Amino acid sequence: MKFSITVTLKKDVLDPQGKVVQNTLINLGLNLKNIRQGKYFEIEIDEKDQAEAENNVNEMCKKLLVNLIIEDYKINKL
Amino acid sequence: MKSSVIVFPGSNCDRDIKVALEKMQFKNQMIWHKETKLPKSDLIVLPGGFSYGDYLRSGAIAGKSLIIDEVIKAANDGCLVLGICNGFQILTETGLLKGTLLRNKNLKFINKDVQIRVMNNESKFLNKYKKDQVLKINIAHNEGNFFTSKNHLEELKKENLIAFKYCDEKANITEGSNPNGSLENIAGIYNSKKNILGMMPHPERMIDKVISNTDGVNLFSSLLN
Repeated sequence: MKFSITVTLKKDVLDPQGKVVQNTLINLGLNLKNIRQGKYFEIEIDEKDQAEAENNVNEMCKKLLVNLIIEDYKINKL
Repeated sequence: MKSSVIVFPGSNCDRDIKVALEKMQFKNQMIWHKETKLPKSDLIVLPGGFSYGDYLRSGAIAGKSLIIDEVIKAANDGCLVLGICNGFQILTETGLLKGTLLRNKNLKFINKDVQIRVMNNESKFLNKYKKDQVLKINIAHNEGNFFTSKNHLEELKKENLIAFKYCDEKANITEGSNPNGSLENIAGIYNSKKNILGMMPHPERMIDKVISNTDGVNLFSSLLN
């Protein structure tokens, strides 16, 4: 079973990299309102039960992949 | 006093802290991160550097290494733990200190001598300094922008757990003297029992007049006091 995880900075955390990318896109003449930069993971798990697999992925996020003080995450089944 | 410096792949200030500790007459041992037993120590140091190349987040991988369980156990039993720079980042990733270190606000790696003010000297780490004393100490980091939750910030203030703040030469804590965008200019914090200190500046680089100054010496003599 395959999952994707998207990790983004929480709304109230400053994202200076996102700001620089945003300014560069504006300088290129492209129209946008806001950008937040994040991280993306793809995870493959040997597990047939979807709920169990999702629990595993959730635990991976909490234990290592995500710093819950500053980041939010979303899990999607691929 | 017995000290242990934990060495991770990518640590690069481990030798500097060893030299500083030995100069100050600590009996020091270097401990590789794959060890599962920690020798009896009065002080554990997590050194500066770029453990695991800062992969995932600074300190994230080192924070889950084999020796860390022992460090957490020792810290919970009251052993003194000092985290400098990457060591501070690792302490936040282990949960021994709350908060985190974000990328510097200006997105640049900063390597320069800055002023920091001693906010609370009543600890095993800083008792040889005077309260509000200004120290000139080197910083060298890309992720030193301290950030934490509102609740934790309140706790830090209420319980007087802020060890250092960035300041100007006259001890004023100003926006202009904040090199990296840290919340309220915070450069170093204690845990609630004050047996753990995490700081971004490098005191081990300030122990010799020939190469810098001696503003870092009193941190080590405080520990011996």
